[in-house]
Amino acid sequence: MAVAAADPGRDQPWSELGLKSDEYDRIKQILGRRPTGAELAMYSVMWSEHCSYKSSKVHLKQFGEIPQVTPIGPMLAGIGENAGVLDIGQGYAVSFKVESHNHPSYVEPYQGAATGIGGIVRDIIAMGARPVAVMDPLRFGPLDADDTHRVLPGIVAGVGGYGNCLGLPNIGGEAVFDETYLGNPLVNALCVGVMRHEDLHLAKASGEGNLVVLYGARTGGDGIGGVSVLASETFDEDGPAKRPSVQVGDPFMEKLLIECTLELFRAGVVAGIQDLGGAGLSCATSELASAGDGGMHVHLDKVPLRDSTLSPEEILMSESQERMMAVVEPADIDAFLAITTKWDVEAAVIGEVTETGRLLIDWHGETVVDVPPRTVAHDGPVYERPFARPQWQDALQADGAEKLARPTTGAELRATLLQLVASPNLCDKSWITDQYDRYVQGNTVLSQPSDSGMVRVDEETHLGVSLATDCNGRFAKLDPYAGAQLALAEAYRNVATGGALPLAVSDCLNFGSPEDSDVMWQFAEACRGLKDACLELGIPVTGGNVSLYNQTGETAILPTPVVAVLGVIEDVRRRTPSVFQAAGEQVVLLGTTREELSGSEWANVVHGHLGGLPPAVDLGAERDLARLLKDLVGVATSAHDLSDGGLAQSLAEAAMVSGIGATVSLEGDAFLGLFAESTARAIVTVPTAALAELRTLAERHGVPLTEIGVTGGDSLAVEGQFDLDLTELRTAWSATLPAALGS
Amino acid sequence: MKVGVVTFPGSLDDVDAQRAVRIGGNEAVALWHGDADLKGVDAVILPGGFSYGDYLRCGAISRFAPVMDKVVEAAGAGMPVLGICNGFQILCESHLLPGALIRNDHRKFVCRDQLLRIENNRTPWTSAYDAGQEIRIVLKNGEGGFVADAPTLERLEGEGQVVARYLEMNPNGSMNEIAGITNERGNVVGLMPHPEHAVEELTGSGLDGLGFFTSLVEASFA
Repeated sequence: MAVAAADPGRDQPWSELGLKSDEYDRIKQILGRRPTGAELAMYSVMWSEHCSYKSSKVHLKQFGEIPQVTPIGPMLAGIGENAGVLDIGQGYAVSFKVESHNHPSYVEPYQGAATGIGGIVRDIIAMGARPVAVMDPLRFGPLDADDTHRVLPGIVAGVGGYGNCLGLPNIGGEAVFDETYLGNPLVNALCVGVMRHEDLHLAKASGEGNLVVLYGARTGGDGIGGVSVLASETFDEDGPAKRPSVQVGDPFMEKLLIECTLELFRAGVVAGIQDLGGAGLSCATSELASAGDGGMHVHLDKVPLRDSTLSPEEILMSESQERMMAVVEPADIDAFLAITTKWDVEAAVIGEVTETGRLLIDWHGETVVDVPPRTVAHDGPVYERPFARPQWQDALQADGAEKLARPTTGAELRATLLQLVASPNLCDKSWITDQYDRYVQGNTVLSQPSDSGMVRVDEETHLGVSLATDCNGRFAKLDPYAGAQLALAEAYRNVATGGALPLAVSDCLNFGSPEDSDVMWQFAEACRGLKDACLELGIPVTGGNVSLYNQTGETAILPTPVVAVLGVIEDVRRRTPSVFQAAGEQVVLLGTTREELSGSEWANVVHGHLGGLPPAVDLGAERDLARLLKDLVGVATSAHDLSDGGLAQSLAEAAMVSGIGATVSLEGDAFLGLFAESTARAIVTVPTAALAELRTLAERHGVPLTEIGVTGGDSLAVEGQFDLDLTELRTAWSATLPAALGS
Repeated sequence: MKVGVVTFPGSLDDVDAQRAVRIGGNEAVALWHGDADLKGVDAVILPGGFSYGDYLRCGAISRFAPVMDKVVEAAGAGMPVLGICNGFQILCESHLLPGALIRNDHRKFVCRDQLLRIENNRTPWTSAYDAGQEIRIVLKNGEGGFVADAPTLERLEGEGQVVARYLEMNPNGSMNEIAGITNERGNVVGLMPHPEHAVEELTGSGLDGLGFFTSLVEASFA
C-alpha cells in the first residue's frame, strides 16, 4: 500500500495478466490509486472470463427469469450459490451442478480431468450436501487421431483415479467424438449431493469478529497462471521458473475434506463456508466477504504453505486443490479444530469478519490489499459482445441430409446397422466406464449403459434421484436455439424413461471464442433456446458453468450446451430398466417418426455429412411422453429413449445388453423407421396382458403408439428386411474402442 | 454376532460393508483406525477403499494403525477377519496373509461383474457356499494382481488356502487366477472382489455375495 502510494506511476503488468487497458483504468478508478501487486493479482483473476463470466453474463441472466420452482416445490438455493439446491421430498434436498475443466485437460489430461472432478465435488460439499455420485460428459477429436490417443486415456484415468479414490460412484455420462474437438477436448463433470433441508449452508461471511479458517491442503505454487508473469516482472527477475499452471489433485485429501466438512456441519460449528476453486483465495475471500457483512481482515502470512518462497500475489492466485474456507464463531473454534485434527486435516485461522466494508489483507504487518470486496467479486466488467447469425448458416441449413443416398435392400439396411453400432459415438463405452467405480456407496440403481443414472437416497423409504446429461453438438451447429432445446429434451426424456419425475436443470455451455460474432450468436441462441424450453417444461436452471475459447485457430468446437436434468423417484425399486427383461413381450414404439435425417448419426457416419435442419422440437410431446412414462412405472417392463442412431440403435442396445433378441415389423419406409432421429420417442416393452392398459394410458396422455414387435430369440430381426445375430451385433458394438485404444 | 468394520482414512466401502453385515443378519459395529479398541466384536472386516490414498504401497501405512495391533492379536486368537480389496492389501502388509497385491497387469483400474469359483468353503466367511460354487460379484481395483513366491504359492494350493479363483478371465493378472486366500488356521480371509456390493437385488451385481455375510451366522450356530 505504502509502496503503491509512493510510486503511483509504476508500470504494472496488467496486460500480461490478461486485463484490458480500460479494465486496468477501472481498477485505478475504483481504488483512487494504482493497485498494489496483490490487488492487481486479485482483480486480474477475478475479472477473467472464467471467473467473471464477462462475455456470457448478459445472456445468462435470462435464466433468472425462469421461476425458481420445480414441479414439486420452490428451490432452496438457486443461481449464484456454489450449486443449486432443490427439495426432493421427505425432508431431503439435493444439490447438483455440472462444470467444465476443458483447457487444463488438454494441457495435462490426467490432472486436468481429476481436478475437474475435485472442483465440482467441493462445490457440492460447500452447500452442506454429501456427494453421492458423479457423471462425466466427455468430447474428443476423431477416435483415430493421434491427439485423441494422447488425451483420452489420461482423461479417463483422471476421472476414474480421482472419483474412485473419493468413493463416488460414476453413474453415467457421455463420450462423443467429432473432429472439432481435436485440440479442444471437453471434460465436463457433474456431481450430485444429498442433505436434509436443515443442513443447507450458504457461502457468506457474517458476524463481526467471527473467524476465517482455511483448512485442507497447504497452498502451493500449482495452478498459478498469469501470476508468475507478475512475480517475475515485479519482484524477482531471477526467481524460479514458471510453475505449471495445471493443478495437481490429491483425492485422498479431498476424501478427508468431505468427511471432515460433513462432521463440522453436523457439529454445528460452521457459520459460513466456501470452497476454493478457480482464483483460489482471491475468490473465496472476496466472495465470502461481499455476500456477508461486507468486510474481512486476512493475515496472509498465516496461510499454511507448501512452498515458503511464495509471494503474497502467488498465494492469492494459487489454485492449489482440496482447500476450503469456513467462517467460525470464536466460541466454536476449539470444537472446529478438534474435528479437523481428528481427520488429520490442517487448519489455520487466517483472519476475521469485519463490518468495515473493506477486504483488508496483511502480509507480515504490511497492508497489501485494501479493496471493497464486491468490486472484486461481482463488479467485474460486463461485455455486450457483438453477435450475428453467421453468413454460412443459411447455406448449412439448406444442405439437408434427406437428399443423401439411402440403403434400400434388407442387406444394405443390415450393413448400415452394423456400421452404425460400431461407430465411435454409438459403440459400447465399457472401455471407458469399466475404469470407473459405479458400485461404491451401495446405492447405484441405474448406471451406464442405461439412459440415466439413478441412486437411492434413503434405504428405508427407497426415495431416489435420477440424472442424465446430453447434448448433440451437430444439432446445435445446425440450429443452436433448437439444439439447446433438443439437449434439454433428451436429458429430460432419459430421466423420464427410468420412471423419475424431471425437476431441474444444470448446464455446461461449451463454445468457441466469444470474440467471434458467429460463436457469440450460437451462444446467445443456445441460452435463449434453453430458457424458453425450461419455461415451457416448467423446470428451472439451478446453475451451471460457461466455457468459452474452445477453439483452435479459426475452428470453433461444435456449439455444445451440455444439459443435465435431475429427477426424483419415490421408490427406486419400481424404476423402469432400459433393456429387455423377458422374451415374449410386446415391443411398442411411443411417439411419431418423421423424415428427419439431418444431423443424424447415419448422415455423420455413412456420409460424413452435416447440414440441414435438426429434428423438430416438440416440448409438448416431450412432456406428454414423460408423463406417460411415469404412469407406466410398474406397467412397462423396460423403456428406452430414442435419440442418436434412432430406433435401430435403441433396439440393438436393448437386445445386446440383455441378450434377448426381438423381431419387429416396420410399416412404411424401413430405413426411416430405423434411422430417423425424430424426438419425443421411446420404446417400451410390456407383457401381452398389459397391452390394453398401455393403450389406455397412451391415449390418455395423447402419445401416439405403434406396436412394432415381440422380444425373444437370439437375433434382432426386421421382418422382410434382415435378421442379425446378437453375437455378431455385440461383437461389432464392443470391438471399436478396444481396437482403437488397446485392451 | 457383532461384526466390526474398521474405517481408515480413505476407506470407501466401509458403509457398504456395514450394510452387508446387517443384511446378513449380524450387528455392524463401526471401528476407528486410531482407536486400539475392538469394542467387543466377534469378527472384523477391513473394508475396501484407498486408505492413505494408496500413495505408498497399498495398505503399507494402514497396517500401523493402532486398531491393527488389536486385529492382529485377535486374529492370532482365532477371531474371523475378512479383508476386502484394500482390506486384503492391509492383511498382506500386516503379514496375517502371505503374498502381495500389485498393479493390474493391464495398468488400468477395472470395475466389472466377475465370475468366481469358491474353492474353500471351510472358512467362517465362506461356509454358506458349496465348494466349487460359482458366484458373480463386483470386482473393482487398480492393484489387484495377487503375487507370491513359488513355495508360498505351492503351499497355498497344496493346503487348500485358495478361497476363491477368477473364472472366464483373469481381470488383473493374479497368479493362478487367485481372487482370495486364507491363512493356515482358516479364520483370516482376504478377497480382492467385493461381496458387499452383491447383497441386494436392486444395487450391485445380484445376491451372490451375501454368503460371505451369512456364513458368520451359520458358523456361530455350528
